[in-house]
Amino acid sequence: MLELEARTEPSRLMSWASPLLAVALMLAGGMLVFSALGKDPVEGFRIFFLNPVKDLYGVSELLLKATPLMLCAIGLAIGFRANVWNIGAEGQFMLGAVAATGVALHFDGADSAFVLPAMVLAGALGGAAWAAIPALLRTRFNANEILVSLMLVYVAQLFVSWLVFGPWKDPDGFNFPQTRMFGEAALMPMVLEGTRLHAGFVIALGVLVAGYAFMNRSFAGFRMRVAGEAPEAARYAGFSAARMIWVGLLLGGAAAGVAGMGEVAGPMGQLTDKVGSGYGFAAIIVAFVGRLNAFGILLASLLMALLYIGGEQAQQYLNLPSSISMVFQGMLLFFLLGSDVFINYRLRLRRRAV
Amino acid sequence: MDAGLFTSMLFSTVVAGTPLIIVALGLLVSEKAGVLNLGAEGMMAMGAVAAFAVTHHSGNPWLGVAAGMGAGAAMALLFGVLTLTLMANQVASGLALAIFGVGLSAFIGKPYEAIALQAVPPIRIPFIADIPLIGEALYNQQALVYFSWALFWGLLWFLYRSRAGLVLRAVGESPASAHAIGYPVIRIRYLAVIFGGAMAGIGGAFLSVFYTPMWAEGLVAGRGWIALALVVFATWRPLRVLVGAYLFGGVMITQLFIQGSGLQIDFPSQLLSSLPYWATIVVLVAISRNANAIRLNSPVSLGKPYRPDA
Repeated sequence: MLELEARTEPSRLMSWASPLLAVALMLAGGMLVFSALGKDPVEGFRIFFLNPVKDLYGVSELLLKATPLMLCAIGLAIGFRANVWNIGAEGQFMLGAVAATGVALHFDGADSAFVLPAMVLAGALGGAAWAAIPALLRTRFNANEILVSLMLVYVAQLFVSWLVFGPWKDPDGFNFPQTRMFGEAALMPMVLEGTRLHAGFVIALGVLVAGYAFMNRSFAGFRMRVAGEAPEAARYAGFSAARMIWVGLLLGGAAAGVAGMGEVAGPMGQLTDKVGSGYGFAAIIVAFVGRLNAFGILLASLLMALLYIGGEQAQQYLNLPSSISMVFQGMLLFFLLGSDVFINYRLRLRRRAV
Repeated sequence: MDAGLFTSMLFSTVVAGTPLIIVALGLLVSEKAGVLNLGAEGMMAMGAVAAFAVTHHSGNPWLGVAAGMGAGAAMALLFGVLTLTLMANQVASGLALAIFGVGLSAFIGKPYEAIALQAVPPIRIPFIADIPLIGEALYNQQALVYFSWALFWGLLWFLYRSRAGLVLRAVGESPASAHAIGYPVIRIRYLAVIFGGAMAGIGGAFLSVFYTPMWAEGLVAGRGWIALALVVFATWRPLRVLVGAYLFGGVMITQLFIQGSGLQIDFPSQLLSSLPYWATIVVLVAISRNANAIRLNSPVSLGKPYRPDA
C-alpha cells in the first residue's frame, strides 16, 4: 500500500513544484465544477482563464486587480514568516482608504503636487495604526492577534459605512453611501493611456522589491525568518519577540493601507461602503501560494487577479454568480496546503506486513 | 425597567447566545483533542446555506438542520484530511477553510437570496413556562435552544465523567503518551474535528432557518470567530462557554434594543453595531493578560501536528 515516508530533509524541488501542482489541480477541479454546473468545461476554461487576457485592456485590468493583492500580500508575508498571524489586512486596507480619503477631502480643490504623496503617507499610517491595535494588545496583554485583527475588520467595515452614510456623505450624491468624487489632484495618474491602470501598480512593484530586500537582505528580516523557522534559536540569540510582532504587524498594516489608498484614488475615485472587496483576505492566499517571497507573490497575485476577473467573465457569459472566484481561490489554497505534504514526505510503496 | 421589556430582552439574549454556545462547544471538543480549527466561520456559513436550501425545498426545518450539520461536518472532514493526514499547518488550513466556506456559501446561496422561510414556532414547555418574568423567556423557545442546553450537560458529562472523554483529553494533552498506550490518536482527532464541524453547521442552521430566517451573504457576520474567541475566553471550560455566550448575546441584543428603542441618543447605529466586536477584543485582552491561566488550561498539544511513528 502507499505510505508517506518522512524525507531526511525538506525537498527544495517540491517547495517550488507544489504551487504548480496546486494550480494544475485547481484547473482540473475547475473543469469538474463547470461540468457539474452543466457548462461545457472547455468553454468554461476559455471564458474563465483566457478571455480576461485576450487583449491589452484585459491585461491592464489584470494588473490593476493584482495591485492591491501584491501590496497586501507582501506585507502579510513579512509577518507570516515570523509567525505573526495578521489576518486583518482587509480592515487595515479600509482604514488606509479612510485616511487617504480624509486627506483628499480636506484638500479638495487644491491643485498641489503634494496631495497625492500625502495621501499615500496617510494610507500607510492609517493601515499601520489599525494594525498597531493587535500589536499592542498582543505584546502588552498577550491577546491573540488572529482574533483581534479579524474583529477589527468588522469594526472597520462599520466605521466606513458610518462615514459614508454620515459625516462624509456626498451632499449632492442622491443619498448614496459615498463621498464626493476626488479632485484631479487627488487621483492617481494613469500609467497606460486608455486603461484604468494607475501609478499604484508602480508603487506596488516598488514595495515588492523593498519587501524582498527587507526579508532577504537585511538583518531585521533575517531575525524575523529565524523567529518563524526556529523560535528556540531566535530566543537563544536574544531576538526580541515583541519587536518582531510590532514590525510584522506595522509593515503589514502600512502596505495594506497603501493598497486601500490606491483603490480610492485609483479605480474608485471616491470612498464608498463597498471599498473592502475582499482583497485583504484574498491576499492571505496570495502570500501562501507565493511561498511568502516577493517573486512568488508577484506571480500569485497575477493568478489570483485572473481568478477574480474570470469570475466576472463567468457571471457575464456563463450566467454564474461571480463568487465562483472565491470557490476557485479557496480550492487553490487547499490544493497547495495538501501538496505541501510532499515537501517533507514522499510516497512510498510498501508491502503490508504479513 | 418594566417586566415585559426584561422578559423580551432575556428572550432575545438567549436566542442570540444559542448559536455561539453550540459552535463554541463543538470547537471546544476539537481543541480538547489538540486540533485548532480556525475555519469555524466557513463551516457555519456552509451549514447555514445548506440548511436554508434544504428547508426551502423540503419545507422541513429539521431536514435543514440535518443538512447543515452534514455540511459543517464535511467541511471539517476536509480540514481533517489536510491537517491530520497530510499534516498541513493548522492555522493556514483553518484560514483556508474560513475563506473557502464563506466563498462557497455565497456561491451556492446566490439563488436563495431574498427568499424568506416560514418562521418555526417555538416549543412551549408546560408549567415552567408560566414562571413569571423568566418562564416565557427561557421555556417558550426554539428547540435548538433546548438542544444547546442538552449539549452543554452532555459535554460536561462526556469530558469529565466518561472514559471516552478522558481519552479525548489525553490525546490533546499528550498525543505521544496516548499513542503509546494504544489509543488511535489520529482517529480520535478526526472524530473530534468532525464533531466540531457538525456543531458549527448546526449553529449556522440556527441562524438561517430559525433566527433570521433567511439567507444573505455575510449572514454569519463573524460569529464563527467570536465563538473561537469564546473558547479562549472560557479557558477551555464548558460552563464559562455558556456564560460567555450569553454575555455576548446580551451585548448584541442591548445594542439592537438601543437602536430599536427610538431613544434619542446621539450615537450612530453603525458604531453601536461594532460593539460586539469591541467586546470580543476587550474580553480577549482581559482573559489573555493572565498568561498563566491560558497556559495552564489550554490543551498542551493544541495546534501542533502529531504523526505516530508506525
